[in-house]
Amino acid sequence: MDKIPILRMGNFLLVTIQVDLYDRLALDLEADLVQMVNKTSSRGVLIDISAVSIVDSFMGRIIGNIASMSKILDAETVVVGMQPAVAITLIELGLPLKGVHTALNVERGMNLLKSMIGSDIQDEEENQDDDTFSE
Amino acid sequence: MMILSLSKDNIQVQKEQDVVLLRNRVREVAVKIKMGLVNQTKLITAASELLRNMLRYGGGGECLIEVVTRGRDNGVRLTFKDKGPGIPDIAAAMKDGFSTGKSLGLGLPGAKRLSNEFDIKSKPGEGTVVMILKWANG
Repeated sequence: MDKIPILRMGNFLLVTIQVDLYDRLALDLEADLVQMVNKTSSRGVLIDISAVSIVDSFMGRIIGNIASMSKILDAETVVVGMQPAVAITLIELGLPLKGVHTALNVERGMNLLKSMIGSDIQDEEENQDDDTFSE
Repeated sequence: MMILSLSKDNIQVQKEQDVVLLRNRVREVAVKIKMGLVNQTKLITAASELLRNMLRYGGGGECLIEVVTRGRDNGVRLTFKDKGPGIPDIAAAMKDGFSTGKSLGLGLPGAKRLSNEFDIKSKPGEGTVVMILKWANG
């Protein structure tokens, strides 16, 4: 069975969707991601859809769901890399993806995530620095 | 002006994975008639919406993919046919936000917005036929 890998990067979870999604796959991703947020106490989720050529109303809803579910678990979601044709189609379809943060590419998405939950991370990083210093 | 059909391809849609296959087939046809990327995306997204409807409410069915021509214009016409329960109130089903399932209710009205021509026929108890047409430069 197909599965979309979820990578952990510090406080964040990283998902790159490289295949054409069908409904079951999208639903599995939703469940896996939310569980991972819980299990790893991640503060942010970054979803890269640069390789996705089609986002229809179902997938749009799943993206919205992931963002709202993660939000309840205290994690922010940023969707990055949307193709211009997909953005045009989504708006015409009537799905403006309200409530979902977006960024143009992974780098900007990461910066956005960091700025959204920045202060918390800084504290943790400082603590980590202290640890390494004392070693 | 008459719309002529240049090629026909009938595909059965019975399970979710067939949707991916059909999307790819539609893309191939669209690329062949030099449809731009934005129009391709709109066409395939509309097809995706209608395929989902067909699977969820019609219990599967078939999709006819045609390359059509009208004068100098080329386009892709898709006809989705199922033998499901049919739609009792088409006017209501065409409204944004109307859904008998748990979806957003964007499928039919969204597919109409994304295509150049749209037609729906349904008889309760007999099934539903939805046609969309997208011109290469429409």
